Amino acid sequence: MKLELIGITKRFGSLVANDHIDLVVLPGQVHSLLGENGAGKSTLMNVLYGLYDPTEGEILVNDKPVTFKGPGDAMAAGIGMVHQHFMLVPVFTVAENVALGNESTKAGGMLNLQETRTRIRRISDQYGFDVDPDAVVEDLPVGVQQRVEIIKALVRDAEVLILDEPTAVLTPRETDELLGIIAQLKADGKSIVFISHKLREVKAVSDVITVVRRGRVVGTADPSAPTTELASLMVGRSVSLTLDKKPSTPGEVTFRVRDLTVQAANGQHVVDGLSFDVAEGEILAIAGVQGNGQTELTEAIMGLQDHVTGSITLGGNELVGRSVKEVIRAGVGFVPEDRSVEGLVGTFSVAENLILNRYDGAPFAKGLSMSRAAIDKNAEEKIAEFDVRTQSASSAAGTLSGGNQQKVVMAREFSRPLKLFIASQPTRGVDVGSIEFLHRRIVAERDAGTPVMIVSTELDEVLELADRIAVLYRGRLMGIVPGTVSRDVLGLMMAGMPADEALAQAHDVQGGNL
Amino acid sequence: MTPQDDKPVPSPTDGEAPLTRRDAKDTARKDEARLENAVETAGGAVPPPAVPATAAALGAGPAPESTLMQRIMTGNALVAFLSVVLSLILGGLLIAVTDQNVARTSSYFFSRPQDMIGAAWTAASSAYLALFQGSVFNFEGDSFVRMIYPLTQTLTVATPLICAGLGVALAFRAGLFNIGAQGQILIGATFAGWIGFTLHLPAGIHLLLVILAGMVGGAVWAGLVGLLKARTGAHEVILTIMFNYIATNLVLYFLSTPAFQRPGSTNPISPQLDATALYPPLLGPAFRLHWGFVVAVLATIFVWWLLERSTIGFELRAVGANASAARTAGVNVSKGYILAMAIAGALAGLAGVAQVSGTEKVLTSGVAASFGFDAITVALLGRSSPWGTFAAGILFGAFRAGGVAMQASTGTSIDIVLVVQSLIVLFIAAPPLVRALFRLPSPGARRARKGGSTTPTPASTGAAA
Repeated sequence: MKLELIGITKRFGSLVANDHIDLVVLPGQVHSLLGENGAGKSTLMNVLYGLYDPTEGEILVNDKPVTFKGPGDAMAAGIGMVHQHFMLVPVFTVAENVALGNESTKAGGMLNLQETRTRIRRISDQYGFDVDPDAVVEDLPVGVQQRVEIIKALVRDAEVLILDEPTAVLTPRETDELLGIIAQLKADGKSIVFISHKLREVKAVSDVITVVRRGRVVGTADPSAPTTELASLMVGRSVSLTLDKKPSTPGEVTFRVRDLTVQAANGQHVVDGLSFDVAEGEILAIAGVQGNGQTELTEAIMGLQDHVTGSITLGGNELVGRSVKEVIRAGVGFVPEDRSVEGLVGTFSVAENLILNRYDGAPFAKGLSMSRAAIDKNAEEKIAEFDVRTQSASSAAGTLSGGNQQKVVMAREFSRPLKLFIASQPTRGVDVGSIEFLHRRIVAERDAGTPVMIVSTELDEVLELADRIAVLYRGRLMGIVPGTVSRDVLGLMMAGMPADEALAQAHDVQGGNL
Repeated sequence: MTPQDDKPVPSPTDGEAPLTRRDAKDTARKDEARLENAVETAGGAVPPPAVPATAAALGAGPAPESTLMQRIMTGNALVAFLSVVLSLILGGLLIAVTDQNVARTSSYFFSRPQDMIGAAWTAASSAYLALFQGSVFNFEGDSFVRMIYPLTQTLTVATPLICAGLGVALAFRAGLFNIGAQGQILIGATFAGWIGFTLHLPAGIHLLLVILAGMVGGAVWAGLVGLLKARTGAHEVILTIMFNYIATNLVLYFLSTPAFQRPGSTNPISPQLDATALYPPLLGPAFRLHWGFVVAVLATIFVWWLLERSTIGFELRAVGANASAARTAGVNVSKGYILAMAIAGALAGLAGVAQVSGTEKVLTSGVAASFGFDAITVALLGRSSPWGTFAAGILFGAFRAGGVAMQASTGTSIDIVLVVQSLIVLFIAAPPLVRALFRLPSPGARRARKGGSTTPTPASTGAAA
């Protein structure tokens, strides 16, 4: 099926989310839509899927103009969409989910799931999905849930499959499996629209790349084009690629964690007997696939977790059992992993967010009374220093872009003398310019002699920043390796292999290959 | 849901080779890694976002349920105003429909429609005129005192509404939906009343003690709710509703004991409070308006300062707007809940004091009337802001004071006022309805949310591409 978008424009009020976008998707082709967050990719796909009416422009299917009143029309025309966040009923089985909205019935309105099961098995076998129609969706890993979404589209005879940021929630391994599935679908004559901002994947999977920036198509590229070229197309300027990071000069070890165990509500040890040190002037990165105890580890240090045993000392003072406020007062700066949930109060102004954990100390408060002047002055300084792009200091923090929100959090944490700096996912959902800036600030803090702990699930970020890397797997430490270690070793460790074995194996394989 | 692989030995190049299919090395590779890392986590500093900022702000809020409550409780001033207007219009229609003259003239509507329309207009306009005369200014009065008497009545009735409304508003700003003002008023009034008629103290000290007792009573009653919520996680709505029942029946019980009854009487009514325990009249003995109103004004100023200018208010607002961010910033959320409820209760207690030592001068089981429930509406109409609540309190005071006059002079039932009040709440709780009726531009987020039934709010993921 040939799909064409001609001059699609979508406006929300005065905001132009899509500006005359043209796109042609040919059968058996993987067409990638590359662009930063907020570039208008999802809006375009929602137009295509019938969720939004385009303000202007038309959609052609096999050279015939069509209008979609809703997803139903789009599906009927052979367009299937896998949303970034799955549209599945968690307590339903795979078959029930697939049948939902498209149920075949027997006499008397009884559901006929048997037919759905058969079709699921057929598709599953055809593409090697390995999906059990009777499994309950909530018990399935994320990667398999995504396949259920793909099956949903295929059962409805989709010819064009839109995958919206499909790898955002996947582990590296699941990502590989997905890319394999895409190749098979393509071989089978299906067209794929692959939406992503991850250059590596886009280059690996695409036949054609269309780059979108600020709602416009800024160019098409061949997958063989150099990464730098794609990136500058996408960002709109050349990007500085290297972080000038001097080798670390570790000083005294001031932060020690010993036998730290965090028990979850269900009795499971989500952090299990961790021991490590961070010295002044070094960055220790905590790597690992999301959900292996990183969140609980940082929360335990901050005093946000109950049921913590073991010891955490900073400059000789025990932190376990202290309140959050006491930990903050002890000089711990903390950038939480989800800034909109834990880092910021979205409805508060930027100025208020900049003092969120210092509101009751000098110079912002005298007794119970807060000083507007001091708060505004602080906001002005920090906004300038961290180049926070906001209309004013009194704008609600929730209206800022991800990168600017993160700058607000960072600015707040760096604005007091620190004895330890912890940042969880410091650049998740942050634009390129801000990433450079934030990374430089983190390294500057290290160079100023502060022990720094970075928690990141992005291997690249870990390799970029870390002086030493600790890998967590199911709450346990797989070992601590130098920051110069290879990706492969980290990959093995993240999959649960102790450091020495991983180093040995990676060495063997490399030796064998060479 | 944990995306983990069970097999610990993937191929050594797992996660890398299938993607790039080449053995990039050293600088080139490092550059690329750097770049991809940068780009992979790219966010939307670059406008325009696909979803208007309002949606993003909503997505950044806490649970959707509390977001909805938040929207209703801190809504748009224009919508609040239009809700009042719309409710008055509908109330007018209702008055006309139930009017006897209108009913009579409607029997020959098709021959002489102007009769019925005229009758309807007369019915509605005279009722509202009476409402105005009874609540603001009586231009038929024969002396200045008589003329402004209605306004002072309005302020008198508004006093407990403002105090209790402030309590509801303050609790709401801390993220607590305080339905319990009624019980808090009753307990506050009981404490204050008991001090007022049992102790016999010099002027000044006695009243001060009465006020203090009322505040303590309300604070304890509401603080218990905060404590239970903080300690056990019980929901404050259920708790406050139940505490209302307990308070109502507790007061009834107290009034059946000799300690609260008039000597020699078995009626459920307390002795008159000592003169030293009463709020002095504010404008002389000709008016019922008492110093409690000044206390209400001071309370409004205090709540404004507390919320907008104090560290306590900063904490409470942070807890209310995003409890997990507040916790991460070192705010003791449990303490915040207890404190917010205690202050809210103290304010409701002030309303109890205004009733027992200002307007009623005795303690009865009906001393709180329905002020505690009207207070919720008042806070709602006032968008949970101190001065908004103050203004809404006065409006509702006017409805109540004027409603009596309206019933007396035109025979229109005072219940119509209740209907108008209820309609106001209804309209405020459904802003899209008001916007549609007045063809107001809807906030930008609405269009995006329309698609939201089938697609996630992209803003909530921070990945609106």
